[in-house]
Amino acid sequence: MIAELGHYALMLALGLALMQGVMPILGTRNNDAALASMAAPTAVAQFTFVAIAFGALAVCYVTSDFSVLNVYENSNSTMPLIYRLASVWGNHEGSMMLWVFILALFGALVAGFGGNLPPALKANALAVQAWIAAAFQLFILTTSNPFLRLADAPFEGQDLNPILQDPGLAFHPPFLYLGYVGFSIAFSFAIAALLEGHIEAAWARFVRPWVLAAWMCLTLGIAGGSYWAYYELGWGGFWFWDPVENASLMPWLAGTALLHSAVVMEKRGALKIWTILLAILAFSLSLIGTFLVRSGVLTSVHAFANDPTRGIFILAILVAFIGGALALFAWRAPLLKQGGLFAPISREGALVFNNLFLTTACATVFVGTLYPLALEALTGDKISVGPPFFNLTFGPLFVPLLLAMPFGPLLGWKRGDLLAAAQRLLAAAALAAVAIAAGFALQHGGPVLAPFGVGLAIFIMAGALTDIAERTMFLRMPLGAAFLRARGLPRSAWGTAFAHFGIGVTLMGIVVVTAWGSERIASLKPGETIDIAHFRLTFDGIFDRLGPNYRDIVGHFTVRRASGELLGAMEPSRRTFPARNMATTEAALMTRRVNQLYLSIGDPNPDGSIPVRLYFKPQVLMIWLGALIMFVGGALSLSDRRLRIGAPRPARASAALQMAAE
Amino acid sequence: MTRKRRRLSLIGGGLAVLAVATALMLSAFRDSVVFFNSPSDVAEKHIAPGTRIRIGGLVKAGSFSHAGDDNLKIRFDITDGSREIAIAYYGVLPDLFREGQSVVAEGALDGSGVFNADIILAKHDETYMPKEVADALKKSGRWKDDYAQRAAMPVGGNTK
Repeated sequence: MIAELGHYALMLALGLALMQGVMPILGTRNNDAALASMAAPTAVAQFTFVAIAFGALAVCYVTSDFSVLNVYENSNSTMPLIYRLASVWGNHEGSMMLWVFILALFGALVAGFGGNLPPALKANALAVQAWIAAAFQLFILTTSNPFLRLADAPFEGQDLNPILQDPGLAFHPPFLYLGYVGFSIAFSFAIAALLEGHIEAAWARFVRPWVLAAWMCLTLGIAGGSYWAYYELGWGGFWFWDPVENASLMPWLAGTALLHSAVVMEKRGALKIWTILLAILAFSLSLIGTFLVRSGVLTSVHAFANDPTRGIFILAILVAFIGGALALFAWRAPLLKQGGLFAPISREGALVFNNLFLTTACATVFVGTLYPLALEALTGDKISVGPPFFNLTFGPLFVPLLLAMPFGPLLGWKRGDLLAAAQRLLAAAALAAVAIAAGFALQHGGPVLAPFGVGLAIFIMAGALTDIAERTMFLRMPLGAAFLRARGLPRSAWGTAFAHFGIGVTLMGIVVVTAWGSERIASLKPGETIDIAHFRLTFDGIFDRLGPNYRDIVGHFTVRRASGELLGAMEPSRRTFPARNMATTEAALMTRRVNQLYLSIGDPNPDGSIPVRLYFKPQVLMIWLGALIMFVGGALSLSDRRLRIGAPRPARASAALQMAAE
Repeated sequence: MTRKRRRLSLIGGGLAVLAVATALMLSAFRDSVVFFNSPSDVAEKHIAPGTRIRIGGLVKAGSFSHAGDDNLKIRFDITDGSREIAIAYYGVLPDLFREGQSVVAEGALDGSGVFNADIILAKHDETYMPKEVADALKKSGRWKDDYAQRAAMPVGGNTK
């Protein structure tokens, strides 16, 4: 009954989405305000029915209703509640439901909180949003129905893929999708602006909070996925340049570029056409990511099923939306008026520089990810493009971007003074130079580039602090006055500083762990020890442990410093899931500040020894800590009051007001 | 500078970055792309020792052995049904490595025809087979229908 209810609600949602896609456009075309104003309530209604459908599926999972095929295939009544709930999206059909749910959620949020939007823009944007929703709801209903019943209900389900049975499943996909799908708002606003044929600088202000929210979620989603892969796959790597990871990185890069170009458009009215194009591209890359992951073109832990009709359906959606949007762009973009002038050395110039390098870096990831697919389709040759390719292309393109990053916020709008900015960054550069020298003095035979990487990371972090120090006149005014100025700073300035600081932190983690991490592989008998960095681990023996739906073979290790001081125990395990007769490696982690010891074991040998893989990961936690700081930066910027108040007054009038106030 | 010259300098800068990126990509493609081969391909193509490639197929039943004081020197054969190739690997194997199952190894051939792998990739779950391996098996005529059935239809009870 519940499943049928969900199925029916999804069909009703499709009907509402079709209405929401047509009526508002007709209304704005014919100046029929009543018809146009249908958009908002329909969006809320559509969200309600999608939520009912999604809720129904969740209920089927939580109550372990194995008469539903999808639940039977992906769940098991012995799984803990959190995994039964999370396995809703741990499969193809359910993850598409989550996709559509988040899409409808964003539509309803625009309908509810978009009170200050021009009515025509809001109506058209919601209509475009509804086309996307309708396309994916049709996709679910025709090719990936999660509500199918089994004639004979089995007594027990087949269990979720053990690799997915992890708290990571509860957080990683929802955040990733909030990011992916959040860019649909920017896309819809861009298409709406193109349909109307004119665009104001205020457009950027309407879109920015949505892009920012999506970007924050995507940042967390990618970082969460990276940490999950790090501890779950047992290899200790944090980024593999796997096509599926690249699929999430590309929208992030385009979205980051969009955030920055929207600033230029909002403040200076320039880069309008470029910003519109980026809005289209960011969501197009999200769609491509969905296609890569969900169509079965790639085989990976993310590709739940290989059904060619699904691939072709998503490909059709992809071609229709990306092709249609770009064609509309080519046709209508010339109508949009060009904006303000600026000198190459200026805040605008710096943001253009940022956009140039971010989009080019994104393009290299795009080529590296899709080239193997294209080559195989054309010639049949199978190749793999791995980390070396991306290190050789993405890396060199990111270095100038990172080097320039601290300069951007210190340059003035319209015409900046590079020399003055450089002088202000002198302290940051000096710190970086000290770090580089220290790196060379301390390292024994590590990579030559590593100290420079550390220096760059220090430069970025110190540069972000310099920006705040300059704005608050720290050290040049009494501390109290500087504190008052700090409180008076717009939150968006803090947001920029935090996000840029976070990049430095992440870079620091990546450089240090890549250059100075160490690895030991050995086979140990009980009582034997293994040394790594300044730690000594003793293997005490193995024992069995029973979980709710698995069995663990646990290795017990005692960790000491080389000096003999006891630090604690580590218990990595081999976990066997009888329902699927499948084993996973559960690595043990010991965190010392931001460093980690990482220990995983293999199957015990007949002679009682056990294969051991041990890593020392210095500063590895900085990688994800940096992402958290970026997230906080985004949240600070999002809470800036500028984004909450209505349409802006012309810049000249507000400048005059400010002068009068001072 | 006039508006036109500014725009030209902007476009020029963009093209310069794009040119650099293209050059980087072309050189990276030349140096770092790894081709996938089946054991038959390796025999037919006379791949030079030292060239980095991937080899995929099934782990030949009964071929697995490990040696050394630490049991970590691993040897096994990868077969596509018609040809096989000996693989040497040092380290801990992935979770789902089993005899008779599909596997992909990355590394290079040494002079004696043994393939020294430094990366071993096994499948992610019991219904998954790397696409390259499936294609290689189909090509050699050893593709068994039950692989396809298992891959396409996970339904069938939880007893097996």
